[in-house]
Amino acid sequence: MNRAVSEAAPGRAELPGDAELPSSAALPDQLPSHLADAVSDESHLRRFLHGLPGVDPVGVEGRAAALATRSIKKASKLAAIDLAISMVDLTTLEGADTPGKVRSLAAKARRPDPDVPETPMVAAVCVYPDMVGTAVPALAGTGIGIASVATAFPSGRSSLAVKLADTRYAIEAGATEVDMVIDRGAFLAGNYGLVFDQIAAVRAECDRLGSGTRLKVILETGELATYDNVRRASWLALLAGGDFIKTSTGKISPAATLPVTHVMLQAVHDWHVQTGELRAVKPAGGIRNTKDAIRYLVAVHEVAGPQWLDPFLFRFGASSLLNDLVMQRRAQTQGHYSGPDYVTVD
Amino acid sequence: MAKKTSGFEWEYAPAPESAAIGKLKERYLPFIGGKFVEGNGEEIKTINPATEQPLAVVSTVSTDDVDTAVTAARTAYDTVWSKMPGSERGKYLFRIARGIAERARELAVVETLDNGKPIKESRDVDVPTASAHFFYHAGWADKLQHAGFGPDPKPLGVAGQVIPWNFPLLMAAWKIAPALAAGNTVVIKSAETTPLSILVLAEIIADAGVPPGVVNILTGAGDIGKALVNHPGIDKVAFTGSTDVGRQIQSSLAGTGRKVTLELGGKAANIVFDDAPIDQAVEGIVNGIFFNQGHVCCAGSRLLVQESVAEEVLEKLRTRIGTLRIGDPMDKNTDVGAINSGEQLSKIRELTAVGDAEGAQRWTSPCPVPDRGFFFPPTIFSGVSQAMRIAREEIFGPVLSVLTFRTPDEAVAKANNTPYGLSAGVWTEKGSRILGMAQSLRAGVVWANTFNRFDPTAAFGGYKESGFGREGGRSGLGAYLDTDDVAEGF
Amino acid sequence: MAAKDSGRAAAGERVAVAKTYKLFIGGAFPRSESGRTYQVTDAKGGFAANAAQGSRKDARDAVVAARKAFGTWAGSTAYNRGQVIYRIAEMLEGRRAQFVELVTAGEGLTTSTAAAAVDAAIDRLVHYAGWTDKIASVLGSANPVAGPYFSFSTPEPTGVVAAAAPQDDSFLGLVSVIAPIITSGNTAVVVSSAARPLPAIAFAEVLATADLPAGVVNLLTGDAAEIMPHLAAHGDVNALDLTGCDAELRAALERAAAGTVKRVFAGRQPNFTAPPGTARLRAFLETKTVWHPTGAVALSGGGSY
Repeated sequence: MNRAVSEAAPGRAELPGDAELPSSAALPDQLPSHLADAVSDESHLRRFLHGLPGVDPVGVEGRAAALATRSIKKASKLAAIDLAISMVDLTTLEGADTPGKVRSLAAKARRPDPDVPETPMVAAVCVYPDMVGTAVPALAGTGIGIASVATAFPSGRSSLAVKLADTRYAIEAGATEVDMVIDRGAFLAGNYGLVFDQIAAVRAECDRLGSGTRLKVILETGELATYDNVRRASWLALLAGGDFIKTSTGKISPAATLPVTHVMLQAVHDWHVQTGELRAVKPAGGIRNTKDAIRYLVAVHEVAGPQWLDPFLFRFGASSLLNDLVMQRRAQTQGHYSGPDYVTVD
Repeated sequence: MAKKTSGFEWEYAPAPESAAIGKLKERYLPFIGGKFVEGNGEEIKTINPATEQPLAVVSTVSTDDVDTAVTAARTAYDTVWSKMPGSERGKYLFRIARGIAERARELAVVETLDNGKPIKESRDVDVPTASAHFFYHAGWADKLQHAGFGPDPKPLGVAGQVIPWNFPLLMAAWKIAPALAAGNTVVIKSAETTPLSILVLAEIIADAGVPPGVVNILTGAGDIGKALVNHPGIDKVAFTGSTDVGRQIQSSLAGTGRKVTLELGGKAANIVFDDAPIDQAVEGIVNGIFFNQGHVCCAGSRLLVQESVAEEVLEKLRTRIGTLRIGDPMDKNTDVGAINSGEQLSKIRELTAVGDAEGAQRWTSPCPVPDRGFFFPPTIFSGVSQAMRIAREEIFGPVLSVLTFRTPDEAVAKANNTPYGLSAGVWTEKGSRILGMAQSLRAGVVWANTFNRFDPTAAFGGYKESGFGREGGRSGLGAYLDTDDVAEGF
Repeated sequence: MAAKDSGRAAAGERVAVAKTYKLFIGGAFPRSESGRTYQVTDAKGGFAANAAQGSRKDARDAVVAARKAFGTWAGSTAYNRGQVIYRIAEMLEGRRAQFVELVTAGEGLTTSTAAAAVDAAIDRLVHYAGWTDKIASVLGSANPVAGPYFSFSTPEPTGVVAAAAPQDDSFLGLVSVIAPIITSGNTAVVVSSAARPLPAIAFAEVLATADLPAGVVNLLTGDAAEIMPHLAAHGDVNALDLTGCDAELRAALERAAAGTVKRVFAGRQPNFTAPPGTARLRAFLETKTVWHPTGAVALSGGGSY
């Protein structure tokens, strides 16, 4: 692995004075010594990843199922719905995407429920790089992030040069967040150094071109197949400088699941304990209704910790979820259930 | 896009189950000879340990009533139950299993109100497992000849059973189901502080049409239990409770030739190796000692953690315990409920004070504790040595003692270094070590990479002073059959 | 043989070498630490031999030896235990005549009745030799629990068993008591018949040369009423077999056993000529249930919970 890639990265953009959170990951050489050692060369990295404690599947699934029985009612439910809406990365990643589709998505992002203007805005919209240019004017001045998938999404099967060009294309078009995919083939082949280097290279490209561009690293957990791999890939992505670890592209089943997200939330929690840094998690795909979203928030609350109940540190990659959240929000505020004809179908 | 954290504070709103679902009556009566009858003992008020408020008045029995109940059970045995084909007996048990499932929500509420355990546990563990025990044993009733105890195994007769307050309904199911399946009739005494759920079970049994006298349910204190197990009309004694009382029972039955099974105390070691799945081990430790407020005879009350990961495990453990929600047991989000009685709370306080005095370091969960009711916050003692009382005596509360070890041999030696031998836990991802440890631990149940799992198909019971005999599975059934070698002469 | 040769030799005849009968503890043959002996008579009341009169401290030493042997014996393979027990039968077969004589003299039986008893004892050992590697599959189980766990229950020896051998049936009874205890991996401290201890000590000599590890069986001659109470109350004894005790002694011993919650086998009136069932085996077995998650070979699919 080529450590020079990371070290060559230019310094971070200055943080605004009131920031409590780093805009992006720290460089490896600022890490505690055991983590710095882990990234010193490929064999150390391998040893580190294989030295992580295993994950017992039945145990983590049991814990996820048990937490999913939490009963969230009344004010705490309304608060959760608003928080969940503000955490949505409203996503369209279709071959059939058009400027019109993206513009209407942007409108939805700004005003999830036009009839109820106090409904919060979403965190970001997430589109392919060629749609970023359409999204930027549609979201100007809103503070809503513009996330773009990049790096030969969703398979990641291309050269590093293409991946970097893809990243550049997105950022130059105005993306504030980049959702990259890891090379799952390399990961499963045990070629951790390659995966690390590619993440670090994209990280460096983000830093070179953008001011605080946030990098989400998609692990595509459905292809990693085991919780042990999810844990290793999570740490690999964190070590390589990902601001977010993200479960899925949405193109592979299973996409996000609660137990996988548990493992990733545990990883950012442990990362925080060891480094003092707060990194973020984004489950994506398969989260379609409010009940599911609240279960994820309970997991965020109790596995990662209350600090992570923040759109900066947790996102939902979703499309249809937003409408269910809006409907449930109405049910909470209006005292009766709403119907799909009362929310917009964007 | 750097920004400030929102400082969002998310309090879960109370989500209480409705007490009305429990349909509590003002007054409960013991169930003898198929009828709910006034007992001749003193009335007691059973209280909700979470509020210290009375729930209902319960009529208790006298020793004369014990006699009446044993006679009823004997008559039912002689005239009906022992003559009924197993296939028919089994159908009654299936009915009871279904009856429990149908009234599951009511039973869960009654259990939580009377016992103090969190509603999510009574709802998700106690009640469904009780139903499962009847369903499992129902199937045995017409298959006794296949159970490995000879071609035509016979029941013992009338079983006298005494159960504790920690799982009132579930322990009743553990006792009644195998007894009936094997063809015995039953006189069972509930614990003094938790008489309600088993009296709802009595209604279910009555509604199932079980012949009068087949199951008799007594209310009362230890003196009634003593009268029951020593009653000359009893053929089989089954007791779950403290080792001290178990010893008294064994001693008082000496020379009677009466069959006895005892399920007594424990001081289980939960052993965490450095190659464990640490996060799940932490869950297992929490589940092992805080499930049911630690009122579990097989609770993992001694954490034995390998020194090389002790600090990491303890830190994670404290973080995790900090998320436990202690409070109103009826709230669906409560993780740790109320201690069952003021008496038990005093005992926990006394033993933890001994822990302080002996020099162990106490850590208490920062979670808020209700100011009314019997509550004790999750507590960890670290720096514990084998010699300390908190490492040797059963506390029966949400109190974990943490010891360390260096090698597998040392772990085994420390784990086995107790007069008890009910259960043990092992956490490691090394398969050969799991099997090696499972062999070396002198305990009736070994949970590897999990803890506190119960199933009617799996035998449960202790080594050494944790008692003898098993409950569940084929061997549990054997406890209610005459398994001496009749044909062979001995 | 002791019973026959104990008398004075006639003029010109060889003087027989009289035998000193001792205890059998930890594979050795010590005298009683108390120094006590007692006279053993044959069925007709004639002097047969002096036997060591086991004491509280002998019992203590025997428990130490039995405990020390427990790990090795319980940990040996079932196949190995079976071979050792079969070896005992082989050795016994070779010394069949000696035992027939001892039983004939001690119990006052006809030679053919005594021979039948000795043959039955040998056959009983063969029977149990074949049990060692069947117990777990007959009494154990894989438990089909309702969850993602593999659960199995397996029988394990309970530990050190203190047994009182039958008073009358001095050899077949003794073997019938000892064999099921050690078959499953327990170790034994056995108090022989008080009046008829000689077959027990002769049997000990067989055990000592039959590849049985030292301490697996320890034999004390003497009075069960004197020795058993110490064993019944002993903290390092796990179970009692009270076959050789009368009702009164049984009750007292059961009371003492309650102090450490020992398993007690008292059984019904034994008839050792009938083929044994499994009651004696089961009496000294624990059931251990082990659970482990079955784990997932793939992430559980299809969205969230």
